[in-house]
Amino acid sequence: MLVEDNPGYVHLTREALKESKLNVSLNVVRDGVEAMSFLRQEGDYFNFPRPDLVLLALYLPEKDGDGVLAEIKTDDRLKSIPVVVLTVSKFGEDVSKTYELNANCYITKPINLNQFINVIKIIEEFWFTVVKLPPGQV
Amino acid sequence: MNFSEMDKPVEILVMEDNPGDVRLIKEVLQEAKVRNNPRVVGDGVEALSFLRREGEYAGAPRADLILLDPNLPNKGGREILAEIKADDELKNIPVVILTISNSEEDILKSYNLHPNCYIIKPTQWEQFENEERFIGRFWFGMVELPKAEEEW
Repeated sequence: MLVEDNPGYVHLTREALKESKLNVSLNVVRDGVEAMSFLRQEGDYFNFPRPDLVLLALYLPEKDGDGVLAEIKTDDRLKSIPVVVLTVSKFGEDVSKTYELNANCYITKPINLNQFINVIKIIEEFWFTVVKLPPGQV
Repeated sequence: MNFSEMDKPVEILVMEDNPGDVRLIKEVLQEAKVRNNPRVVGDGVEALSFLRREGEYAGAPRADLILLDPNLPNKGGREILAEIKADDELKNIPVVILTISNSEEDILKSYNLHPNCYIIKPTQWEQFENEERFIGRFWFGMVELPKAEEEW
């Protein structure tokens, strides 16, 4: 699941994943409230699968990324889902706080578009081929 | 700032008691493009002393990354992980679990303690090497690690 309100980044992420040999299915939500509904499979999302990985921007409308992260990591049914924070901020405070909320890792979005695509590809390769993800819970 | 942009070496705590795996991990870390300083401890109690900079480790540098095998003697790895993540001074240090266990129960139990990721050691040496390199590439070259700036 990608939590991102900037259409440009959404588009680039889709492009990066299109070239993948792995069969990764990307669901996009644009704000923090929608993110939680998706994760909890509520309302329109009741039939959607639980994500194996969350890519989370910090600066979002409705509910910011920190809020989403804190909710995920304190919910027994959701806390094992890896959350990769992918954001524009490089501030040390943001980084520290995010790790304290149990983000799995924090990555700054490169400004260069090709570098951004490369970052998505590396994230995908690392999290889907190197890391053993937690078993899905039905 | 990630470590590939800095002059300071990455301080890595390797919590591993298998000598073969230790050797391999150190070899791969030596070849990593980003300067790093691995410290190996073979048991859990020693690991905590290092992290808390107690006793003989009073002058030790702060760990930037922890590689953890949960099957450590003298205080199991999962117990250590739980202590690290409950300690305000240590909880934001990323922990990469590196283990042989593929059991769903072990994996889920571990993730519920908030390691940063869980990686299964391949049995083939070359694969292990490749995985270690990727771990280095990802955690030193791409990820922002916390509190790096404080150590300047």
